[in-house]
Amino acid sequence: MKILYFAWLKTKVGLAEETVEPPADVTTVGGLIDWLARRSDGHAAAFADLGAVRCAVNQDFARTDAAVAPDDEVAFFPPVTGG
Amino acid sequence: MIRVQREDFDVGAELAALSEGRADIGGVASFLGLVRDMNDGVGVSAMTLEHYPGMTEKMLAEIEAEARQRWPLDAVLIVHRHGELRPGDRIVLCATASAHRQAAFEACMFLVDWLKTKAPFWKLEDTDKGAAWVRARASDDAAAEKWTQDPSGER
Repeated sequence: MKILYFAWLKTKVGLAEETVEPPADVTTVGGLIDWLARRSDGHAAAFADLGAVRCAVNQDFARTDAAVAPDDEVAFFPPVTGG
Repeated sequence: MIRVQREDFDVGAELAALSEGRADIGGVASFLGLVRDMNDGVGVSAMTLEHYPGMTEKMLAEIEAEARQRWPLDAVLIVHRHGELRPGDRIVLCATASAHRQAAFEACMFLVDWLKTKAPFWKLEDTDKGAAWVRARASDDAAAEKWTQDPSGER
């Protein structure tokens, strides 16, 4: 599974992207966040305030109950501020 | 048409191209977004716009498609820059062409409102107090939401 981080999540995690193999019981965005947050202090800091984190699965906005699969591209970022 | 680019753009040339060779377009409405030197009372000396390549183009195309579904548009243009920008620089151009002004005006406002809450861009400002990621505004969410709740009637 390919994970992307943008804006301050990238800074906190210390990575723009990483490829991970979560255990089979990680089937949703929420489960993935719980699992990723345990990978490092930086990950934990990035996911400390989930109200400030948005997610996309395969480039579509997704909520924490959305499904994730091994071949998915999952991105985490703050609320968007373009325009 | 959607374009995401680092380079600046020529507003006059972009708007002229939109109606080039067309005699059925009665009006073009446009919005040009610029970098300000002040945000929430703090001086801004530069800005870096980060985006999510792939998803950005996808979301902008979806927003364009939604506008075309809601209004009778002859042409749509969204040009959004990324990378390093300075105060006064152009960030984004949205333009809509239609036979009549109301559809063009409404659709242009819709494009900007939705783009601000759905296109994956993030602004990092260099300010008097150091670098800071711009926070999303509740007023932008409200502006985008109004097109969901009250889609200007029956369209």
